Amino acid sequence: MSGAAQRIIILGAASAIAEATARLWAARGARLLLVGRNDVRLKTIAADLIVRGAAQAIVWPLDCATADASGELERMAQSLGGLDILLLAYGVLGDQAALERDPGETARLIQTNFTSAVGWCLAATAIFERQRFGALLVIGSVAGDRGRKSNFIYGASKCGLECFVEGIAHKLAPVGARAAVIKPGYVDTPMTASMTKTGPLWAVPDHVAAIIVRTGDKGGPVVYAPGFWRFIMLVIRYMPVAVFNKLNI
Amino acid sequence: MTQHPFQTRDDILSWGRVVRRTQHVAQPRFCDELAGLFDGSAGASRLASGLRRSYGDSCLNSEGGLIDARRLDRIIAFDAATGVLRAEAGTSLSQILRLVVPKGWFLPTAPGTRFVTLGGAVANDVHGKNHHRAGTFGCHVRALGMVRSDRSALTVTAQSDPPLFGSTIGGLGLTGLIAWVELQLVKVGSSFLNVETIAYDNLNAFWALADESVARFEHTVAWIDCAARGASLGRGVFSRGDWANDGVYATHDDATWKRVPIEAPGFALNALTVRAFNEVYYRIGRAKAGSSRQHYAPFFYPLDAVLDWNRLYGRRGMRQYQCVIPPERARDAIGELLELIAASGQASFLAVIKTFGALSSPGLLSFPRPGATLALDFPDRGEATFALMARLDAIVDAAGGALYPAKDGRMSREMFRRSFPRWAEFARDPGMNSDFWRRVAE
Repeated sequence: MSGAAQRIIILGAASAIAEATARLWAARGARLLLVGRNDVRLKTIAADLIVRGAAQAIVWPLDCATADASGELERMAQSLGGLDILLLAYGVLGDQAALERDPGETARLIQTNFTSAVGWCLAATAIFERQRFGALLVIGSVAGDRGRKSNFIYGASKCGLECFVEGIAHKLAPVGARAAVIKPGYVDTPMTASMTKTGPLWAVPDHVAAIIVRTGDKGGPVVYAPGFWRFIMLVIRYMPVAVFNKLNI
Repeated sequence: MTQHPFQTRDDILSWGRVVRRTQHVAQPRFCDELAGLFDGSAGASRLASGLRRSYGDSCLNSEGGLIDARRLDRIIAFDAATGVLRAEAGTSLSQILRLVVPKGWFLPTAPGTRFVTLGGAVANDVHGKNHHRAGTFGCHVRALGMVRSDRSALTVTAQSDPPLFGSTIGGLGLTGLIAWVELQLVKVGSSFLNVETIAYDNLNAFWALADESVARFEHTVAWIDCAARGASLGRGVFSRGDWANDGVYATHDDATWKRVPIEAPGFALNALTVRAFNEVYYRIGRAKAGSSRQHYAPFFYPLDAVLDWNRLYGRRGMRQYQCVIPPERARDAIGELLELIAASGQASFLAVIKTFGALSSPGLLSFPRPGATLALDFPDRGEATFALMARLDAIVDAAGGALYPAKDGRMSREMFRRSFPRWAEFARDPGMNSDFWRRVAE
């Protein structure tokens, strides 16, 4: 881990959590490749990361939800000369009521959060198996722990992704590579702009970012961010149906 | 998912925690979102806010939309050879120092907290302990990136648009949204300073020390025991220092913050505890007097060691009073102010006095000017506090002095206009406004 600069690809690099994480990696002198849809925004972020210590910050404009993951990831890894960490940080929350009304909208959310993500994870797995090292970090959600009426379509997409990443972690373990899903609770980002953000459950992106960086070094395959969510979700998961059905969550 | 960018919030307070009004807040993450925020929603006017270290109502806009700029915190460029830094307006001075100190650079002048944004430092044209050498923050601004409601995004320098540049420095955020700031940093020989601390007995001793120190030291400031009266009126602890030159560059660490987790109960601050605090602080200052080597964090930012220290004032919050008195009237007027404050028994721990130098700022509404500035915190006790401040105003006004908008939440329209005689020339963006401006200028 120490010595040569880590080569890191971030998918969805303009998201608040991804950028906070990239800053921590930049301070360690990492070589970063930033993937996202908005070229101008990625360049703004890249310039900042260089001042913060990144050895390199390559901008790679791309729509992760529709791209040819396997071909693109090979080219990205080539331009870095190998791959130590892939962070998959893109995803959409959606509006539950609108998603229930419109099957097309639901299909697009699943394409973005699950189907396309699976493609990137498989592509990374192929590289890590070949190299016999590397870490795949995927942002999941506590919403994937039990289907709730307020967000079960988003939740199901993240639940499916988590199961998938767990399987990859299992598959990679013998070759010495790793995979982990990081599950934030409430985080104060533009994704949650419409929610009221007071109370002890809300975390800032910097806190989640520190947990992601730590997971890049060791640990997994399922990491709650912050850690107390593991206990909250344990209670939610094992709550009797009769009680659960009375909750408006 | 197109949604209204402004969210209704009841938890947005300025530093004094006195003004409690609902705000409509947008939190852009990229400068390219700014122009779109002049969309007519949430009331017509806009105001950018940062870390909200302004005490009163100058960082609030209850009748329009507030644009929280704290997520615009990227460094756009930094040249370690020339010390020119360009960063987005929501970048805090704390973040900047962590990046530039290891390379031997420092802010040209440092206000009493590092938890202010670049945009806020420009909008209030902040000053520091080296005002007599460096002038204000605005003296070191090379260029500004702005987004106005009536013009597209533009770059403003003192040459390109003198009226807009002069209005924006110290312009309370009312001349358009500041997207980024380009600043000239200064080279320092160390992250430590050689500091002399001197306990002095009364106001005359302060003036003698101040006169003697400004020529010899880059940084000077004094803390005043505002409970002391009679022969001890104005006694305090004078501190003066210069950068060391040992080539040691250690940054501060924001992770070691102590917090004040809850508001203190109202009775915690009373005349007795305040008097006791001042007495103890003065005695400690006297005991520790002498020379020492201090890191920049405790020297410039002693209060930043305790995050949210404003909560010590409890639910009712506090008000600050900061004035500047011209040199020829300063001795008499400061003496009168301190006499009145000590007699009222209303003041608290934080009373700071400093002499400003003659370097003038490019800012049209800039507060610092030659003379002496006095800043004091008062727990807010409603009418009693207002009555005392009105009496202080009379002294300041008679001496031809001025009040500092960043610290204010109650100055009269007349007081504002006399403090800033050029206010009518001010190039305000018609799309911007604040609670302060509506109160004093409309």
